[in-house]
Amino acid sequence: MPLLKTPLHDVHRASGAKMVDFGGWDMPVEYQGVLEEHRAVRQRAGLFDVSHMGEIDIHGPQSLNLVQHVTVNDAAKLKLGQAQYSALLYWHGGFVDDILVHKVAADHYFLCVNASNQDKDLEHIVNHNNFDATVENAGPRYAQLAIQGPLATGVLRKLTDADLTSVKRYHFVDGTVSSAAARIARTGYTGEDGWEIYIAPEDAERLWGQILRAGAEFGIQPCGLGARNTLRMESAMPLYGHEIHASITPWEAGLDWIVKLDKGDILGREALVKQKERGIARKLAGFEMQGRGIARDGYEVLANGAGVGWVTSGGPAPALNKNIGMCYLPLDLAEPGNAIEISVRGRGVAAVTVPMPFYKRAK
Amino acid sequence: MYPDNYRYTKEHEWVRVEEGVATVGITDHAQRELGDIVYVEVPKVGTHVERGKSFAVVESVKAASEIYAPVSGEVIAANEALAATPELLNSAPHSDGWIAKIKLSVPEEIAQLLSSTDYEAYLGAA
Repeated sequence: MPLLKTPLHDVHRASGAKMVDFGGWDMPVEYQGVLEEHRAVRQRAGLFDVSHMGEIDIHGPQSLNLVQHVTVNDAAKLKLGQAQYSALLYWHGGFVDDILVHKVAADHYFLCVNASNQDKDLEHIVNHNNFDATVENAGPRYAQLAIQGPLATGVLRKLTDADLTSVKRYHFVDGTVSSAAARIARTGYTGEDGWEIYIAPEDAERLWGQILRAGAEFGIQPCGLGARNTLRMESAMPLYGHEIHASITPWEAGLDWIVKLDKGDILGREALVKQKERGIARKLAGFEMQGRGIARDGYEVLANGAGVGWVTSGGPAPALNKNIGMCYLPLDLAEPGNAIEISVRGRGVAAVTVPMPFYKRAK
Repeated sequence: MYPDNYRYTKEHEWVRVEEGVATVGITDHAQRELGDIVYVEVPKVGTHVERGKSFAVVESVKAASEIYAPVSGEVIAANEALAATPELLNSAPHSDGWIAKIKLSVPEEIAQLLSSTDYEAYLGAA
């Protein structure tokens, strides 16, 4: 199957970005280098093409009922123009995906889902749609750009009439960016302040150029998926296929805060209630390497020489000058301050469990 | 870009031979492909390495890559500077970013490596 392309594919190629196959998409992994791009987002601003992400529109008088049934967070709490981090679960409590739910109108919810899961998510929601609601794959109608970093708002302000100061974190407005219709959301996957902008694919190339020009005075840097990964890892944000997947529940992933059992009927609720009563056996933990070596996804975690878990994400934390990672561990070991070892090419390298997130931006 | 007096492999290592000792590193092309290098595991002095077998590990921000020995022999020196400054593989891949010195046990292997012209042609065709 040929690789899928975003509307900015030619721009990435022409600017010499290094490209990789990411879940079937030909995406830029780096422009200037992951470290430089990571630094740009932590200190200034970075621009990402995240048009591979999926979008799903849910319309209709019972759209809220459907959203409440298939997602774990309480969408009834959302005000117009508010977004929330949530998840789709299977009946057995494992993750279908983690998602963002935006309330556009009382009868319209807009979901942003992971690129490689969009077909699966759509089918999952459609299959559980026993409500007076329509589920539409909106992906083809959107390109998505992310401007992230402490100076991101300054960059965007030059290009929009929307009153950005009135848009709080996890809120959004529908407005224009460079006179193109845009859904402008104060969300992101970097641990910094920033914006995710949903636009029509035909506007993507023009806006990409305009944002880079407007951001030049702020030192904006085009960024690839490499930096997106190191940034989200430092901020301990889960990545589907790594920290979360079909065999992991929200309790295990430490995502209790997005599960609102009290809201009533949820697909997967029974399994979650049961697991909560029984107690979980493993939990996601953060760790820092103490010995020389870098943990990578899939490496085994050892305690007293015996295998006790596995690394879900690992690598350098450029802003912290450390090598970090996340892993699943038995409950008693998952608390911060425990000595563990990461098996790096057959050699146990000392590490210690630490609280997450690893990096927290100054407010 | 690629010195005439070096020999190369299709796995993007370079070799410079002086008096039966091969200095070995990765090529400029390799470091570009890997991106920012943050960790290098060099072989222990005294170990015997065999051509085509993994003898070092280079890690970029994104991933770990095995480096295969371009020649066989005994490791007589390893670049200890790489422990503190692995980025030498990015900034000076053909000189200060060398990985190890190997005393050749099969000197005939050198003739089987690529010349700079052949290597550049290989890169161009790839």
